[in-house]
Amino acid sequence: MKILVPVKRVVDYNVKVRVKSDGSGVETQGVKMSMNPFDEIAVEEAVRLREKGVATEIIAVSMGLPACAETIRTALAMGADRGILVETDVELQPLAVAKLLKAIVAKENPGLIVMGKQAIDDDMNATGQMLAALLGWSQGTFASKLVIEGDHAIVTREVDGGLETVSLQLPAIVTTDLRLNEPRYASLPNIMKARKKPIETIRPADLGVDPAPRLTLVTVAEPPKRVAGVKVKSVAELVAKLKTEAKVI
Amino acid sequence: MDFQLNEQQLAIDEGVRKVCAQFDDQYWTDCETNLHFPQEYYQAMAEGGWLGITMPEEVGGSGLGVTEAVVMMHAATASNGGYSAASAIHINMFGPHAIVVHGTPEQKQRWLRPLVEGKQKACFGVTEPDAGLDTTSIKTFATRTNAGYQVKGRKMWTSTGQVADKILLLTRTTAKKDCKRPTDGMTLFYTDLDRNKIEVRRIHKMGRNAVDSNAVFIDDLFVPEEDRIGEEGQGFKYILDSLNPERILVAAEAIGLGRDALRRASAYAKERVVFGRPIGQNQGIQHPLAECWTQLEAAYWMTMRAAWMYDNGQSCGAEANAAKFLAGRAAFDTATRAVMTHGGMGYAREYQVERLFREAILTRIAPVTEQLILSFIAERVLGQPKSY
Repeated sequence: MKILVPVKRVVDYNVKVRVKSDGSGVETQGVKMSMNPFDEIAVEEAVRLREKGVATEIIAVSMGLPACAETIRTALAMGADRGILVETDVELQPLAVAKLLKAIVAKENPGLIVMGKQAIDDDMNATGQMLAALLGWSQGTFASKLVIEGDHAIVTREVDGGLETVSLQLPAIVTTDLRLNEPRYASLPNIMKARKKPIETIRPADLGVDPAPRLTLVTVAEPPKRVAGVKVKSVAELVAKLKTEAKVI
Repeated sequence: MDFQLNEQQLAIDEGVRKVCAQFDDQYWTDCETNLHFPQEYYQAMAEGGWLGITMPEEVGGSGLGVTEAVVMMHAATASNGGYSAASAIHINMFGPHAIVVHGTPEQKQRWLRPLVEGKQKACFGVTEPDAGLDTTSIKTFATRTNAGYQVKGRKMWTSTGQVADKILLLTRTTAKKDCKRPTDGMTLFYTDLDRNKIEVRRIHKMGRNAVDSNAVFIDDLFVPEEDRIGEEGQGFKYILDSLNPERILVAAEAIGLGRDALRRASAYAKERVVFGRPIGQNQGIQHPLAECWTQLEAAYWMTMRAAWMYDNGQSCGAEANAAKFLAGRAAFDTATRAVMTHGGMGYAREYQVERLFREAILTRIAPVTEQLILSFIAERVLGQPKSY
């Protein structure tokens, strides 16, 4: 079984993001970029499935500027077998990404797609679900456990009330939550091997997809600064304030 | 000219930092306080394949150059562990260089593979109490016997001797007075550190206490013929090959330490509020820190230049020495400035900068002193008469 793992290049989670002065987005020039952490979990899960003999090949896909090849290279160093880069300078929104992935699925015929539940830059939490809808495949989102049994994927999902377990007919889409696994560090020998693994570069037009954005970004602004709290002298004063000012009791 | 790390070098930097991030200030403080060799860190580096970065692929290494080792060691010392993080694994970089170049295929498999896998540790027995940089004056003597040699002598400043399984041993097999040239008559061995015949005594010292330094007493140690590297009498030449890479790496390690000190000082200057404003708002605080940055950057690119020259087969003695000189000073000045920026808190262990400060001075002294570097450059680059 082939596994497809989409990986997104995002601003590193350690970076304190800065909003551009014109409100058109966040500053990415000269900022450290890394693989979306949820996607790292997805790569790790795919590699584990191959180590268990469930999967035979792992394909990492990234989309965007040429620098996204670095993100694919990271996936290859973690254990993916080859990469596909869909190169474009168009701003990619979830629907475009889902359409592009659908076209790649038609070419590659994977038995399973494992991907992050969301990217830490725009927090959309949409691509996996859209792709499932476009393909007409089953989906197991927010997975904290994944077991393949025959032609089914048993997925434990983290939902508000607790854990929900679903059985999906393969091929299927699984989106990863934080507790699914702890991704490995790329070892030096694997970083070296990754250099020799192939990355195929294609353009959206090659896949017959128009990636133009359908949503318009109005503005990006920093959240308001936290203001200092108020010290109260007594419990009575606190209760009074909660009643009259905060109106919560 | 391309003044930037390539994709693979960036991946090395990131990979090393990820491994090192598991070991926090508390870990290194405990190692330092309890004189505990950072075995857990060493093991993690071994598991990631990092201990073999410069070793040949046929023994499980990655066969990369000094430049990549520089990227690796710079990242390692910049990640909380300071110079202790370097010294715990430093010998794996170019210590066994003589074996790589002059060892037999059998010796390489027998010796290098366990080093790369982190199953054996080695220490360096070159320096002696009466022969520091004046290496040809060593007195440790290996006398020929039937199937090997009988070794007697003393070594000094042998790092990791408390935990090492093997020792790289430079000896005289012919007394200096009986040799045509002082560099003749020296023989190099790599052999078991047999504690029945070798006493390893810890030296109490100022800093870098996680990694031991020792006085070594060798009393009638038998070394079999198959533990000799290359030819008898050629040992000094074999050692020379690894000196420039060592200087370049020490430079990188010093700069990494300086970067960590500067990071801590900058963070503290931004947060610490005195008289209603962060102390970093005062030019008296921010300018010295900015100056440290310029020093570290200058030393870093000098180091990269030396590494590039070595990897491209060019002679790099002056550049390697200059890099070590600049890096040692930059690290020491930055660590000092980091303590001063912290004020009283800089003197407290909790803030870590005093640990880096105590380690930083070592990079000015070892593996070659500032005086000897300047003598070398004066003589070899500027054509001045030899002064010693």
